[in-house]
Amino acid sequence: MATQDSFIGQKNKKDQVYTDPWKMMHEAERTPSFFTGSEIIKEAVRRASCDLMIAYPITPQSEAAALCGELFAEGYIGDYFRGESEFAVMSQCAGAAFGGARVFTTTAGPGTMRAMENFPMWAGARLPIQMIVTCRGINSPLSIQPDTLEISYLMQTGMLVWHAETAQDFYDWILMGYMVSEEPDVHLPLALCCDGFFVTHTKDMVDLTPVDMCLPPYDPYRSPVPCMDMECPPVRMMRDPFVMKSNYISYATHASWQQEVWAAIERSRKHTIRWMNGLIDTENTDADIIIVASGTAVSQSREAIAILEDEGIRVGLLKVKTLRPWPGEEIQEATKNAKHIVIPEFNVTGWLAREVKATVTNNERVHAGPHVCGGMTMPPEIIASEIQTLLGIKTATLAARG
Amino acid sequence: MSKERIKIAEELYDIMPPEYQDLVKKATYGNETRGWKDIGTAKELIEEHSLCAGCPESMAFRYILASLPNPEDTVMVGSTGCTSLVFPHVAVHNIHSLFGNQNAIASGLKRALSVRFPDRTKDVVVLAGDGATVDIGLDMTLQAWFRQEKFTTICFDNELYANTGGQESGLMQKGFVAKMAPVGKSFEKVRLPEIARESGCHYIVQCTVSKPNLIEKVIKNAIYVAREIGPTYLQIYTPCILEIGKNSMEGLQEMRDSEKPSERFAYKEFVSEPAKELLAELAAKEKERKAEAKRQLASQTVTV
Repeated sequence: MATQDSFIGQKNKKDQVYTDPWKMMHEAERTPSFFTGSEIIKEAVRRASCDLMIAYPITPQSEAAALCGELFAEGYIGDYFRGESEFAVMSQCAGAAFGGARVFTTTAGPGTMRAMENFPMWAGARLPIQMIVTCRGINSPLSIQPDTLEISYLMQTGMLVWHAETAQDFYDWILMGYMVSEEPDVHLPLALCCDGFFVTHTKDMVDLTPVDMCLPPYDPYRSPVPCMDMECPPVRMMRDPFVMKSNYISYATHASWQQEVWAAIERSRKHTIRWMNGLIDTENTDADIIIVASGTAVSQSREAIAILEDEGIRVGLLKVKTLRPWPGEEIQEATKNAKHIVIPEFNVTGWLAREVKATVTNNERVHAGPHVCGGMTMPPEIIASEIQTLLGIKTATLAARG
Repeated sequence: MSKERIKIAEELYDIMPPEYQDLVKKATYGNETRGWKDIGTAKELIEEHSLCAGCPESMAFRYILASLPNPEDTVMVGSTGCTSLVFPHVAVHNIHSLFGNQNAIASGLKRALSVRFPDRTKDVVVLAGDGATVDIGLDMTLQAWFRQEKFTTICFDNELYANTGGQESGLMQKGFVAKMAPVGKSFEKVRLPEIARESGCHYIVQCTVSKPNLIEKVIKNAIYVAREIGPTYLQIYTPCILEIGKNSMEGLQEMRDSEKPSERFAYKEFVSEPAKELLAELAAKEKERKAEAKRQLASQTVTV
């Protein structure tokens, strides 16, 4: 089989040129375009040389999944169909990736939870599937509104987990995501998360790469495990299946494989830093107060910082881009001089605050909140008010503002 | 995969493991007439297994693997259960991921192989137990059939959950007392072959593994029909001798007793009209091939 590089310069059946991904993402001319987040997913996938996309309806990702169907009808994706449930869809994605395809899917909230058994399997089988997660509530009674609780479950699966703030993040990271997760020393699935509705259903200016450029196709023979296509000599995989044996060799095999999956997440760090210019973005980290946030909580924090600046309070910002790999050292370094670390989140448990508390020294500095959940918005004022309260400044309650 | 790809460089021949040398010398890749009679003479795709002594499932595995028409381009999908103890020994690529999702895996796999190898035949064969096929995985079994996915589903029906120690399953007979059915199973054996027909399968057979030539025929038919037309389903009785209180030597007799015309595993077959046409076409070709071989043999005899 030809290597990936040998495709560069050639055209696909839609007349797109397989382009050196670095040049495509960093050097090619960008066109500012006004799109919804769902449309941006479609535009990224159009340029991603995907072999298979498997869809299932669940709000708020249904539109993106249907738009990918249009791409298939136009000939940009090898195959596309609607599965019968998220559990089945994620297994169908696994089957396709086992067979050497570049695979794309999208899900949300309860769908993520229904499919959960698949995710450690994807990671363990080293399948570089990309899954967009447009986060929504998973609580009962039923909610379709934004809420990021599902991310905390994904963080323990062995997948790469990134949290996009804007549609621009989304566009770039979908394409960069394949480049990172398909590296032979990584070769792991990626959960690329965003906050549903806020990103998927709002329009934003996004700088797009040229429509006639696309990523080189996936090369399944760079995988650290064999591709299940009967194109390499078949041998018995094991003389003694350790799957269900109770002996030391079995335990050692499973233990070392789990460690290897987590080591692969660590090895993704260098590729991610190169492609995304770091695992975090920071502003004014010399301030006494630093907000650490991910997703749209970052955008709301920016607004809160502007409000506070007007009142003479200087606040820094740390945007967490990747949750797996976890930017522990980066967060430690950026917050080392902060007296207060404030963590606003769109979920009830405060999983980001827990992670940060486990990371920084003197973690009594970490202030978990404000939290909104169940679809509530997070007005910048409540972040500002939380910080003022923390500083002992009296503030009017939101209700009092009328 | 062409047979060329497994050839060993002459200089390295002696240091390759004997099993690999056997694979090159005595494999039946590229042999369209391979079948159960090759067992014992050709390199088998399974030799050792970790099933119980006398387990009918091990016979089924050997016959099925010997009968695959295109093993060099066949990928198998398994599920959790006793079969998952065997697949690591099998010399075709095979996937075990979760319990019950085998037909979903196979759907994605078959489509990926079709996208990647549009001009080649890559067969996908699912082989799973009755718990995986009919209970936990029923949704995905049926949905793959509704979608007319082009692969074969084989269910090893031992009428219970064998690997977890003999619990009630949907394919268990009514009244059978088992774990989790302490007063006997309260409902009838699920009629999956009929459901398969209504769900769009084009070739369906229910039988036992008492006759290897029959297994060879139905496996080949099921794979040819799946390749050209649509989903196919085989439900094969592989009794768990351990859980029904039989001895190692009694598996074969159990199958023979259960396939009598009045018994629940009497041979049953359904073939759709398009599948009938295809099989008739293939049978005619096979007849022609045999006649041609005979003619050639006769002409050689004359020359001698």
